[in-house]
Amino acid sequence: MTEVRLENVSVRFGESKATQITALENLDLVIPEQQFAVIVGPSGCGKSSCLDLVAGLNRATEGKTLFGDTLIEKPGPERGMVPQNYSLFPWLTVQKNVEFGLALNNTSKAEREERAANYVEAVGLTKFRDSYPSQLSGGMKQRVAIARALAVDPEVLLMDEPFGALDSQTRSVMQELLLKIWQKERKTVLFITHDIDEALFLGDVVYVMSARPGRIIDTIPVNIKRPRDYTVTTSAGFVKLKRRIMSSLHDEVDKALAIS
Amino acid sequence: MSTMSFLDRYLTPKLAIPRKTEFGAGILVSGTILACWAIATYTGFVTRDFLPAPSDVWNSFVEKVSNGSLQKHIGVSLTEIYLGFFLSSVIAIPIGIFMGGFKIVQAALEPVVNFMRYLPVTSLIPLLILWIGIGLEEKVAVIFLGTFFQQIVMVSDVARGVHADLFNVSYTLGATRGQIVSRVLVPATLSGVLDTLRVTMGWAWTFLVVAELVAASSGLGYMILQSMRGLDPAGIFVGIFVIGFLGLITDMAFKWIKRLVLPWEYVGK
Repeated sequence: MTEVRLENVSVRFGESKATQITALENLDLVIPEQQFAVIVGPSGCGKSSCLDLVAGLNRATEGKTLFGDTLIEKPGPERGMVPQNYSLFPWLTVQKNVEFGLALNNTSKAEREERAANYVEAVGLTKFRDSYPSQLSGGMKQRVAIARALAVDPEVLLMDEPFGALDSQTRSVMQELLLKIWQKERKTVLFITHDIDEALFLGDVVYVMSARPGRIIDTIPVNIKRPRDYTVTTSAGFVKLKRRIMSSLHDEVDKALAIS
Repeated sequence: MSTMSFLDRYLTPKLAIPRKTEFGAGILVSGTILACWAIATYTGFVTRDFLPAPSDVWNSFVEKVSNGSLQKHIGVSLTEIYLGFFLSSVIAIPIGIFMGGFKIVQAALEPVVNFMRYLPVTSLIPLLILWIGIGLEEKVAVIFLGTFFQQIVMVSDVARGVHADLFNVSYTLGATRGQIVSRVLVPATLSGVLDTLRVTMGWAWTFLVVAELVAASSGLGYMILQSMRGLDPAGIFVGIFVIGFLGLITDMAFKWIKRLVLPWEYVGK
């Protein structure tokens, strides 16, 4: 089992004690293989720090981050990432953006083109394969970013509020598309969001994070059967879980904003 | 649109105007300047020993072309400027990219580069003449020193502006550090580097003419100086116009190159 494991992890930023910010404190989290895990929490709670640890873009001040039995020390292609701001390469076409990761490890041209074309098709952008990112809408850009991450066949997909910048209609279409692809690929997903509906709609398990310093304060298995579509968001089970998350987050948001 | 008044249409900031009007406005202004010049000289309002008439400049131009002297001076100036500019760019671009991409390179080079950057290259001309004379090498050296440090600073700013997110996402796609430089940092700076070249090329022309005015035996700046000594303002004007047109052509060439190598910046436009 290659699970993602955060053991008693703390992350602090800043050099001097006085100005130090503690993003995460004594956080424990285990994400089993193939789980669609969602971390939901107030903004600035350290959700993204958590993701950066797994991506290998940052290291824990204390504690261990493991992928299977190996310590995560730097980024690697087995842990793909979809950032919030797309971060596409503006000088490459849609097709070439998706091929980027494959070109890095010298995959043959024919295989590279075929694999990339498949993922471009999976995200519904075949008609735009020769377009440049500047010609695409936000939703389309994010679909390219997802295809680019999947093309290198990572074992874990890390998604940092990937739909946060999209309008709500586009966002719900993207959520359904993501589930459709995930249903086929069955990769481990770690998805960060502050949107409770999004968390419940997508996740197998929703981890609720506290205000800074971030800890997991609730773990909620989402027993809504798959495949899911938008109608589940108004079902009784969904609403009940939503209320549970809202009540625990409510106090945390107050804390984060220093209201009470 | 049709009901818009003249004021609404042309005095709203950033509002697009018809292409014809755009073209016409340019012609109108250049035409007016030319007309003022013609009227001032042909009516005798300004003496032609002071300001030559358009036809005087044209005659001087024809004479310089037919005796071959203009071509020779242009040839010399172009050789000097392209050689100096090319040498400077070839070295400054990679240094600038590394300076913007790596903190250690920046820390090491910044003091020297900034010192040299604020040193007017014109102040170095006497020293350069003492060291390497007044020939081609000296002009190339002036242009090189004048553009090199500016280019380094401008290119390093471009490279520093490349968003770290692009690097991070590339690492998660399996990029090595070498690949980050060759496949992300370098292509990401391309557009800004071309802009830098275009801007510094304009400065290079200035340095060239200054160097030729101070000491030279040929070149457009020398031609202008000779015309001054011969009390021939028409010859000076020929030199100025030729420099202006050569600059204009160079600038157009840069725009054309940019379209060619950066197709993604022009799609759908």
